[in-house]
Amino acid sequence: MADVVLRNLAKRFGDTQALADLDLSIRDGEFVVLLGPTGAGKTTTLRLIAGLERPDSGRIEIGGRNVATEAPAERDVAFVFQQYSLYPHMTVYENLAFPLKAPVRKLTAEEIDRRVREVARMVRIDHKLENRSTRLSGGEMQRVAIGRALVRRPAIYLMDEPLSSLDAKLRAELRLELKRIQKELGSTLLYVTHDQVEAMTMADRIGIVAEGRLMQVGTPREIYGNPANLHVAARLGQPHINLLPADLLPGGQPPAGTRTVGARTEHLDIIVGKDANAEIDWIEHLGDQNHLHIRAGNHKLVTLADPYLAIAPGDRISLTLRDPLYFDAAGQRLS
Amino acid sequence: MADIRIENLRKEFGSFVAVQDSSFTVHDGEFLALLGPSGCGKTTTLRMIAGLELPSSGKIHLDGEDVTFNRASARDIAFVFQLFALYPHMNVRKNIGFPLLSQGMPKAEIRQRVEETARLLQIDHILNRSVSGLAGGDRQRVALGRAIVRRPKCFLMDEPLGTLDAEFREVMVHELRELHNRIHATTVYVTHDQHEAMAMADKIAVMNHGVIEQFGTPQEIYAKPATMYVADFIGSPPMNFMRFTSGLKSGDTSILLDGVDVAVPEIHQDMTESELALGVRPEHIRFSDASPLRGAVYGSEYLGTNQVVAVETQGGLIKARVPANRSFRIGETVGLEFNPAKLALFDCISGRAVPSQLYQETRHG
Repeated sequence: MADVVLRNLAKRFGDTQALADLDLSIRDGEFVVLLGPTGAGKTTTLRLIAGLERPDSGRIEIGGRNVATEAPAERDVAFVFQQYSLYPHMTVYENLAFPLKAPVRKLTAEEIDRRVREVARMVRIDHKLENRSTRLSGGEMQRVAIGRALVRRPAIYLMDEPLSSLDAKLRAELRLELKRIQKELGSTLLYVTHDQVEAMTMADRIGIVAEGRLMQVGTPREIYGNPANLHVAARLGQPHINLLPADLLPGGQPPAGTRTVGARTEHLDIIVGKDANAEIDWIEHLGDQNHLHIRAGNHKLVTLADPYLAIAPGDRISLTLRDPLYFDAAGQRLS
Repeated sequence: MADIRIENLRKEFGSFVAVQDSSFTVHDGEFLALLGPSGCGKTTTLRMIAGLELPSSGKIHLDGEDVTFNRASARDIAFVFQLFALYPHMNVRKNIGFPLLSQGMPKAEIRQRVEETARLLQIDHILNRSVSGLAGGDRQRVALGRAIVRRPKCFLMDEPLGTLDAEFREVMVHELRELHNRIHATTVYVTHDQHEAMAMADKIAVMNHGVIEQFGTPQEIYAKPATMYVADFIGSPPMNFMRFTSGLKSGDTSILLDGVDVAVPEIHQDMTESELALGVRPEHIRFSDASPLRGAVYGSEYLGTNQVVAVETQGGLIKARVPANRSFRIGETVGLEFNPAKLALFDCISGRAVPSQLYQETRHG
């Protein structure tokens, strides 16, 4: 395992600036998630590190060494793609062992066997080692694909939305597993996704990417609680942060230059009936919690509420801000 | 608008029973979600209501009229598939007006109806634009407009948001529900996505292997699941099950789990010794050092307002939803405390809930 440093990385495809001035240091043993929409430059970043693309400018260091002139195979990275690509004619065991059998690795048969079984146990596929890879469910195939990356001990694992083709329940299971395995192995991992829940739940640090630029890097708690700008604030949180004009609700202390107030559930106090300035539009019952859809003036807000709060559509409420986030006209955070 | 009454509806394909003797009523103006995994019979049920499939037995009443053997075109319903299908060579106005034009409605009336519909969907400013240049959300609204412009007796929708990415689906879920709040059209909506069903529906029918396992409001289905299948299908993370073997007596208010007395809602049925499961929703678990029910933290997932902590216990992996203000170390020992009023008990063999006070309790909110 090793640390990975990206300096001033830039890449253009025709007229599109896919990446601009990307600076990012990934520490040895760290799980970093790049979060952003399709086309933000996440996958390009992975491909540059892997050596599948050449940067127009900038520097990539893996374990302290500049890898600019190294071919993909020399860089010692393991890539997991969104679509599992297994060898269909091989068993699960053979698929897992394959990356270790390259002659350059000089591993003994015993060592290979030990690693395959260890990884198979980690990704919970050890009961199906002798199955053909084509006779597995989608979730099992993706676990084998992840396992095949894990049997190697590369400098860094690069993962490109590896869970996105799985159903919700399996995704939730594998999120927890992947994070555990990464900690157990102490591996350095760069993971890209457009799913904020994956980023929040797995990352040691999240990098928010938009239009080829890295907007903010920080722990999930920092990014959620302390977003640098409107874009970052809107990327995280369910329901979405409410973005309101500065003078819509009482209780705030907007600094000079405030254009927009950002209010999440924890920034809103609701009192039923007293000095009402808002009205409940409808209530979305999601089981463990309710989403209250609220109308204040011409603005709609959504906030979480306890499912046993006695409140009904049409009820008038008083809505007050409690330490919300403030943004200026350019969308930058004010404090 | 109208109600839909389904009686003992059954559909067989050869020896395969796709839908088994379903009965339910969708009241006038109600939004029903048929929820279940693929192959559970939800789409077959919808297609029978639409008249695209004939039932093997049973009856379908639409607005009081038996339409079981009426053709689809004689049922006055609108069937919405994936919403994106628009006529690319027509503008927004013509796309929305097309169903009326093919009914032979006079031009002036079409114009009025199209404009009314567009206002309802807040797309009246783009009526003369070409649909090919529209953003995804507006395309979706035009497709909806084409479905509602006819003012049918009811809407049938088959996974209309299935192909959208997660973020945009969320937006459309809210729009569909707000549209429903405005026009109150009787709607049957098929989905495998519990979140869509919970967010939009007045009533949910949870289906499994052609059988409706439970029919009720989202809150009932969530808080009082009739079967382990329903409890596991709804909720993310789903309900935790802690298995134990015991007999039960009517009037019992506690059970013995791993040698620990756990208070439960009063049990209303005697049961001989059998394999049982205690069902606990993640948000009804609290960490308390005083609790003798212990486990080791397996992992935690920070979600902003709260976090989900997985705990390894003797009875298996348990997930708890707790406030986000405390951080947990992997391997840390925690005590688990349950909210006794919210606990469910299941018979593991039949999968059915054991009758208890939980199922009597009056509904909140």
